[in-house]
Amino acid sequence: MTTITETPPAPLSARLRVPGAFVLGAVLLLGAAPLALSDFRLSLLAKYLCYAIVAVGVSLAWGRGGLMVLGQGVFFGLGGYAMAMHLKLADAAATGETLPDFMQLYGTGDALPWWWKPFANPGFALAMTVLLPMAVAALLGFFVFQRRVKGAYFAILSQALAAALSVWLVGQQATTGGTNGLTDIQGFFGYSLDDPVNQRMVYFVIAAVLLLLMAAARQLFVSRYGELLVAVRDSEERVRFLGYNPANVKLVAYVVAAGMAGLAGALFVPAVGIISPALIGIVPSIGFVIGAAVGGRASLVGAVLGAIAVAWAQSTLSDAFPGAWTYLQGLLFVLAVGFLPGGLASLGIVLRRRRTRTPATGETA
Amino acid sequence: MTVILNQSFTGISIGAVLLLIALGLTLTFGQMGVINMAHGEFIMTGAYTTYVLQKSISGAGVSLLVALPVAFLVAGAMGALLEWLLIRRLYTRPLDTLLVTWGVSLMLQQLARDVFGAPNVQTHAPDLLTGNISMGGGITFASSRLFILGLALLSVLVLTIVLRLTPLGRRIRAVVQNRDLAEVSGIATGRVDRVTFFIGSGLAGVAGVALTLVGPIGPTMGTNYIVDAFLVVVVGGIGQLKGSVITAFALGVLQSVLEYSTTVSVAKVIVLVAIVAFLQWRPQGLYTLRTRSLA
Repeated sequence: MTTITETPPAPLSARLRVPGAFVLGAVLLLGAAPLALSDFRLSLLAKYLCYAIVAVGVSLAWGRGGLMVLGQGVFFGLGGYAMAMHLKLADAAATGETLPDFMQLYGTGDALPWWWKPFANPGFALAMTVLLPMAVAALLGFFVFQRRVKGAYFAILSQALAAALSVWLVGQQATTGGTNGLTDIQGFFGYSLDDPVNQRMVYFVIAAVLLLLMAAARQLFVSRYGELLVAVRDSEERVRFLGYNPANVKLVAYVVAAGMAGLAGALFVPAVGIISPALIGIVPSIGFVIGAAVGGRASLVGAVLGAIAVAWAQSTLSDAFPGAWTYLQGLLFVLAVGFLPGGLASLGIVLRRRRTRTPATGETA
Repeated sequence: MTVILNQSFTGISIGAVLLLIALGLTLTFGQMGVINMAHGEFIMTGAYTTYVLQKSISGAGVSLLVALPVAFLVAGAMGALLEWLLIRRLYTRPLDTLLVTWGVSLMLQQLARDVFGAPNVQTHAPDLLTGNISMGGGITFASSRLFILGLALLSVLVLTIVLRLTPLGRRIRAVVQNRDLAEVSGIATGRVDRVTFFIGSGLAGVAGVALTLVGPIGPTMGTNYIVDAFLVVVVGGIGQLKGSVITAFALGVLQSVLEYSTTVSVAKVIVLVAIVAFLQWRPQGLYTLRTRSLA
């Protein structure tokens, strides 16, 4: 007869222990990088860190929850547009205009569309960068998970959502800037983005947000909820038989990941100065996943480092050899996902297992 | 009345395109539960095959007819190769296959860009298929659209005959319904998988030939169609020919009606919302394979 022993939860002090890796990351991001890098390189790093923030959410939803989130571009875009709409309105107000510049160009009239109006309020806009993506994710997730739509179906639906949003944005040129998106953003809550000092400030904000979210995600991973999420990923039916509702467990992961992507989009706008449909469609949405896949989807640090590394490789290599980068990107998908599903974070474990297995099979043979 | 007829014909012809591109997908998706994102690139392969043949064979009509079987073979061979190289190693991880085949599709797109150049290329439609056929009373059907409709229906017919009446079809159905039982009954499931992949990818090639009549041929053309094709398969029920046919035409008509009354982009969003709502009602699609498994 098997005895069921309940493992006591780890003591609070152990769960709140700050790992050395986290401190090292904080020192590198907040101390070493700003000292060592030029303004230009630092602003590039700021952009990569935005992708890393998305990867934190991907690691939660996909790595731990097994939800193939192929539509993170939607949430990134909603957050980005919410922020950019406010900044465009603020820019216009600073120069005494009532309409953002692109609306004067293609606009339908003098009036601001009603759904732009609340974004003039900075508090509302900031809240929307996170709440809007979460609301959309909650709505879609609620219906989809309740009816046990999962696996491939879910992946395709989330991808179709990304396609639909980018098509819709392109179609509404007069109110969303169409294909160009919202560009040429000058100020960030009163600070001019042309000033390199303010660009550095934006970098620090992004790095701090990334570190905070990583800390929060780690707490989530080691919490009871985190264990439940992994259980749902590995055997949803068993979790259901134990009396939990897997739909709710998955919904939380999906919504939190969406919020993180929204925040990343909002921070991306001041860092890069643009948000456009090309940054949020199907292709970039899959791009958000690949970094996590290469680094290790279930490992938080792996996913974040993977996202930064892939974004760095993309901007470095695609300038020099545009064709070669696409081949390499394709190869990364095939090799990382196909043959190293745990990503680079699992490379040590895989190699160690291989080394120990060889003598073991030798003994039995 | 004229508007309604013309609009529903537009819908049906959108549906025929959807059906052609989804037909191969429902076969491979249904057979192996594998999501092949490179399916769109097999469509592209078919389109470029037509382009190459038209360059080497004079006469648009002849080259189009030759292109149909050649594209089937070329795209089918690529599909079988993909199955043999990668997909058969990933059967236990269908979701990961999605990302792996996406990687393959990126590489194939770049290959097309390197070989044929990034800009779209043009083919000439044969004279027979360029005009309109007037039905009187202001109702006109584009003959290229009629050709696609005919090709789609013919493909469905042939595929149905193959699946229903041939030994190969029987084996394919057996593997779809119960892989383990098929295997213990002596069916070489691995070989059946490869043949299925060949046929499914070949059908994508045929779809590519047809698409040269209505759209541009370019390296990224596959991406434009792939999501729509997946939606057809998901709504129709995975591996269900019947479901795909009905869904393709229903979505086509819905899209054209919505495009007529709103805009293209709003229509896309509404169609997506309709699909999510539909999956509330039937999470497994229109037609389902009855099984006792919980998953």
